[in-house]
Amino acid sequence: MFEILLDATVRAGTPILFATLGAIINERAGIINLGIEGLMLIGALAGFSGTYWSGSLLVGVLAAFCASFIAGSIHALITVQLRGNQIVSGLAMTMFGVGITALFGKGMVGLTIDGFKRVAIPGLSQLPIIGKAFFNQDMLIYFSFVLVFLIWFFFYHTLWGLGVRSVGENPAAADTCGFSVSRYRFFAVTIGSGFVGIGGAYLSLASTPMWIENMSAGRGWIAVALVIFAGWSSPRAMLGAYLFGGITAMQLRFQAMGTTISAHILQMLPYFFTILVLVISTQRLQKGASQQPEGLGLPYDREDRK
Amino acid sequence: MTDILQIENIRKTFPGVIALDDVSFSVARGEIHTLLGENGAGKSTLMNVLTGLYHPDRGQIRMAGEKIHFTSPRDSLACGIGMVHQHFMLVPAHSVFENILLALDNVPNFYSRKTYKEKIQKLIDEFNLDLDLNTPVWKLSIGAQQWIELIKLLMRDCQLLILDEPTAVLTPQETERLFNVLRKLKKQEKSIIFISHKMREVMEISDRVTILKKGRSLATLARGDFDESKLASLMIGKDKVPQWQKALQMSDEIVLDIQGLSVRNERGLSDLDDFNLELKKGEILGIAGVAGNGQKALAEVLTGLKNASHGRIMAGQKDITKSNARYSYIAGIAHIPEDRKAIGIAPDMSIDENLIMKSFKSGSFRSWIFQNKKAIRRNAEEKIEQFAIKTGPDGTPVRYLSGGNIQKVIIARELSEQPAVLVALYPTRGLDIGSAGYVHKVIADGADRGMSTILIAEDLDELLKLSDRIAVMFRGKLIGYVNPRKTTREEIGLMMSGETPGDAA
Amino acid sequence: MKLVIERREITSALIRFSTPIASIGIALFVAGFLLLASGVSPLAAYKEIIIEALGSIYGLSETLVKTTPLIFTGLGVSLAFRMQIWNIGAEGQLYVGAMGATWVALFSGIQNHWVMMTAMFFAAFFCGGLWAGVAGFLRARWRVNEVIVTLLMNYIAILWVDYLIYGPWKDPKGFNFPLTAQFSDTARLAEYFDTRMHSGFFLALFCALVLYLFIERTVWGYEIKVIGSNQKAAQYAGMNTGMAIFFVLFLSGAIAGVAGFSEVAGLQHRLQHGLSPGYGYTAIIIAWLAKRSAIGVVIVSFLMGVLLVGGDSLQLLWQLPVAFVYAFQGLILFFLLASDFFIIYRVKLIRGSINV
Repeated sequence: MFEILLDATVRAGTPILFATLGAIINERAGIINLGIEGLMLIGALAGFSGTYWSGSLLVGVLAAFCASFIAGSIHALITVQLRGNQIVSGLAMTMFGVGITALFGKGMVGLTIDGFKRVAIPGLSQLPIIGKAFFNQDMLIYFSFVLVFLIWFFFYHTLWGLGVRSVGENPAAADTCGFSVSRYRFFAVTIGSGFVGIGGAYLSLASTPMWIENMSAGRGWIAVALVIFAGWSSPRAMLGAYLFGGITAMQLRFQAMGTTISAHILQMLPYFFTILVLVISTQRLQKGASQQPEGLGLPYDREDRK
Repeated sequence: MTDILQIENIRKTFPGVIALDDVSFSVARGEIHTLLGENGAGKSTLMNVLTGLYHPDRGQIRMAGEKIHFTSPRDSLACGIGMVHQHFMLVPAHSVFENILLALDNVPNFYSRKTYKEKIQKLIDEFNLDLDLNTPVWKLSIGAQQWIELIKLLMRDCQLLILDEPTAVLTPQETERLFNVLRKLKKQEKSIIFISHKMREVMEISDRVTILKKGRSLATLARGDFDESKLASLMIGKDKVPQWQKALQMSDEIVLDIQGLSVRNERGLSDLDDFNLELKKGEILGIAGVAGNGQKALAEVLTGLKNASHGRIMAGQKDITKSNARYSYIAGIAHIPEDRKAIGIAPDMSIDENLIMKSFKSGSFRSWIFQNKKAIRRNAEEKIEQFAIKTGPDGTPVRYLSGGNIQKVIIARELSEQPAVLVALYPTRGLDIGSAGYVHKVIADGADRGMSTILIAEDLDELLKLSDRIAVMFRGKLIGYVNPRKTTREEIGLMMSGETPGDAA
Repeated sequence: MKLVIERREITSALIRFSTPIASIGIALFVAGFLLLASGVSPLAAYKEIIIEALGSIYGLSETLVKTTPLIFTGLGVSLAFRMQIWNIGAEGQLYVGAMGATWVALFSGIQNHWVMMTAMFFAAFFCGGLWAGVAGFLRARWRVNEVIVTLLMNYIAILWVDYLIYGPWKDPKGFNFPLTAQFSDTARLAEYFDTRMHSGFFLALFCALVLYLFIERTVWGYEIKVIGSNQKAAQYAGMNTGMAIFFVLFLSGAIAGVAGFSEVAGLQHRLQHGLSPGYGYTAIIIAWLAKRSAIGVVIVSFLMGVLLVGGDSLQLLWQLPVAFVYAFQGLILFFLLASDFFIIYRVKLIRGSINV
C-alpha cells in the first residue's frame, strides 16, 4: 500500500519537479517567470505532437524543450532586453500558452501514442520500500534525478553557474566584472523555460499519454510557489515536488477508494496546501533561513544607477 | 615618467544635464593622482566613462599611448583599468572567494577551487590582510569589504586603480593602513586615481591633483604647487555659501533619554547593543562613527520604523519605545532619512502631495474624507518660497528635482510641524556646497528655536563645526562623548575603532 | 554604425497614446498568422468580429453584456495596481461573489425586490472582499506573495462553486446538469430593450465614477497613491501600510465579487458551471492597458467586450476554441510591454564612430 502510494507520489511530483527546476534557473538569474503554467502547456502539446508525428519519445521531449525554449525567449526578450514588467509578461505568457495550445491542440484531442514505459534499474529497484518507487520508473524520471544534481553542480561548481547567480544577486557587480548581464539572464530564462516544457511533456507523454486542453491544471502555479519553498535550491525542489506529488497521490487514492467526500473538495487540497506551504516558507525566508536572490524582479539598466 | 592614461576633451550628457564638459587630464605610471571636486562636479560620471559603464558623447581616451574605445566594463578591465566603486560591487550573499573569482579573467568553466583559493590567499598574505575566503560578504565590516574590492583588482594585475572616495567608510586608522598599501602599490609602478573631497587626505597622499568643477577640469597641480586653501578656493570657487551664526547653547533639560537600547536586524545580529544616549534641549548632538555601526538603526528606532528588542526611549515624560512611526511623530520627532530618494519621497507624486505626507490627515488639509486641494497648494507655495526650492511646472513629479531640492522638500516637510527633536542622517551627503550650507543653516536656526538635533554624519569636519557635543558609536554601542572644541581627530578616530577614551591614554 | 539606447527626458503625449494602439495593431497582425495556421482567413475573421459585436443593436447589447463584468473586475484589479499590489484572483472573486449572491437569492426568503437586490449586492461584495482579503491578510502580515495566493485561490473558488452545483445546490429539476434552480423575479436585475442587457452595466459605470472620486479626491485615495509610489516612504511618513494593503485587496476583491452578483442576478439567473469565460484574467490586461484611469478601464473593457463577442462567433462559425481569445490577449500584452520600452527609451542609430 505504502509502496504504491510512494510510486504514485513520484509520478505525480515529476512534472512539478521539472517545472520548479526551470523556474529556479529563471529566478536565480533574477527574472520572475509567472508563465510557467503556459510554458508547461506548450511543452505538453509540443511533446505530444513531436512524438505523434515522429513515433519517437526522444523527439517528443526535444520538441517540448525547444518549443518552450522559443516561447521562453519571448519572456526573456521582454524582461531582459526591453526591461519590461516581469509579472505582466509572465501572466501574458500563461494566457498565450493556454490559448495557443488550445488552438493548435484541437486536432490532437483524442489521439493516442505509446507513452514512456517503466524501466527497472537492476539491483536498485530491488531495494525495500523505495526501490520500486524510485528505480522502477520511466526514463524521464531518471532524467529528473540527474537534472537535480546537474543544476546543483552547475550553480556551485562552474563559473557559468556563478555568473548566473551573480547576475541574479547583484547585476551591477557582475557587469563590472565583465559578465554580460543580458546574455546570462536571457539564457537562464530560455533554458529554464525549456526544462519547464519537459515538465509539461511528462504530462502528455508519461502521466496520461494524450493531449487534453489545459492539462497542466495549475501545476505551473504550484511550481512557482515551490521555488520559494525550495529556497532556490534544486535538491529542496525535489523534496517540495514530491510533497505535492504525495498530496495529489493521496487525493486520487481517496477518490479511487470511493469516499463520500466530494471529488471537488479533494481536488482543492493541492492548491490549499500550496498556499499553506507558501505562508510557512515565506516566514522561514524572513527569518533568514534561505535567501531570495536580491536582484529578483528588477530590470538592469547600466546607465540607470544612483 | 610616462603617461599611462590620457583623457582628452571628454563630454558626456544625460537627458537635460551636461555631466562632463571638455574634461582632460593624464595619469603617469607610479603616480597617485587625485581628482578633487564637490559632489555633482562629475567625478563619478568620469569614472564610469573610464570603466566602460558610460559611453562618452565626445572625446578620447588613450591608455599607454593607444587610443581606446570601451563598449563595456569588460573592455576597460581588459585594458588594465580597475575601480573600487563607492557603492561596492560585491554580491553580499556570496563568499569572499566567489566574489573574487567572479572578477578574475580566463577562469575555466570547470575551475579548480583549490588552485584559485591558494592564488588568492597568497595575495592576501602579501598585503597582510585579515580575510577569510569562506565567509559570506554580508558578515564582513565595510572596511573588510573594501579590501575585497582591492584584491579583485590586484588579482587581475590592473595597472590603473581607481578608488572612489575609499576613505569615506574608514576610520582614520584604517585610512592610514589603506594609504600604506597604496604607497606599496606605487612602488610597484601601479597608477592610482584617488577620488576624495577630504582636503587633509588629498594633501597627504597625492602626487598631482586635478580639480573638477561643474563637469569641467579646472586645473592640474603638482605636489608643491598646492596647499589646502588653494585647492579649496579652486574647488568651491565663487559659489555662495549661506552664512550662519550658532550660539553655543545647552540647557540641562533632557528631551530624549535612551537607556540600554538593543535592536536586531534581519540577519539576527545586533545593530544596536545596550546603547545609551542623552539629548538635551536645544543642542546639536553629533554622532560620529564609521558607517554601518548602528547609526541607521538608531535613527529608525527613534522614529518608530523599527522596534527595539530591549531598552527604553523616553521623550520628555512619554515612553515612545513601542510606538509606530505616526505616533512618534506626534511625540515630536522629525526625521531626515539617509536614503532620501528611497524612503524620503513618493517619487511619482508632486511637491504639493509630498509636502503633506506626514500631515495629510490633519484638519487643515481636508474636509471630511475629501482632500482640501486649495490648502495643499497654498502650503506648497509657502514652503517653496520659504526654503527656496527650485521646481518645475506645477504637478511635476518630485523625482525630476535635483538631489539638493529633494532634500529641501524633505526638510521643509519634517520641520513644518515645529518638531522638538530632529534626527538627521547624513543630511548633506551628495549635496553641493551651497545646498549643504543651507541644510546646516536650517539645523542651526532650529537649535536657536529650541529644537534638539541628532546629527549623524560621516564627515568629521561637518560634525566638529556644527555640534555642541559629539557622541561616538562603535558596533552598536556608545563609546563616549567628546567636546568638539577640545577634542582631536585622533581621539575621535580611536574611539571610532572601539577604544574607550580611557584605553587610549 | 551603432544603436544607442537612451532614456527619454520627456515622453510626448503622441508617443504615450500611439504606442499602445500600435501594439494592439501589431498583435492583431501577428494573431492573423495564428488564424491562418488554423485555416481561417484573418480578414474574414476580423470583419466577422466587428460585424458581430458592433454591427447591430443586438450585437452591441451583447458587447455591453460582456463589458459589464469586465468593468467590475477591471476596476478591482486596477485599484490594487494603484498600490503595486497584484490581484490575479479576480476570476475567483467573481465566482465567490456569485456564490454569495446566489445563496441570498435561493435561501434568504426575502420578498421585496430592492431589499433582495441590496442583500445580494452586499453578499457578493463581502464574499469577494473576504476571498481577496485572505491574500491581503497574508501579504500584510507575513509578506506572502499575493500573486501566487490570489491565483491559486481561483482554482479553489471554481472547485467550490462546482462542489455546490454538483452537490447540495443542484437544481432537482435540472436533469442532473450542474446548475442551481432559477432565481425568482425578485432576485433579477432589470433588463432593457428585449435584449440581455441589464442594469448591471449602469451599476458598473457608477462604480467606476465612485472609484475615480475615491482615488483622486479622498484622503484614503491619497494614502493609496503614496503607498503605490513608494511603500517605504509611506511607512516612514507614518502610514499603516499593512492595513492599507489588506483594505485595498479587500476592496479590489469586493468589486470583482460584485461582477459575480451582476452576472447571476442580471444575466444567468442561476449559478452554473463555467460562469465566467475568464473575465478575471482579461481584467489584468484591462488594468494594465488603462494604466491608472477608471475611465480607461471602461473604455478598454468595451474593446475587450468586442473581442469576446467576436470570439464567440468565431467559435460558432469556424469551431475555433474559446481559448483562442487568450492567445490573442497574451499577444496584446506582449506587444504592450514591448511598447513600454519605446515610451521610456529612445533608440538612435548613430552613423560612424563615437569619437568626434
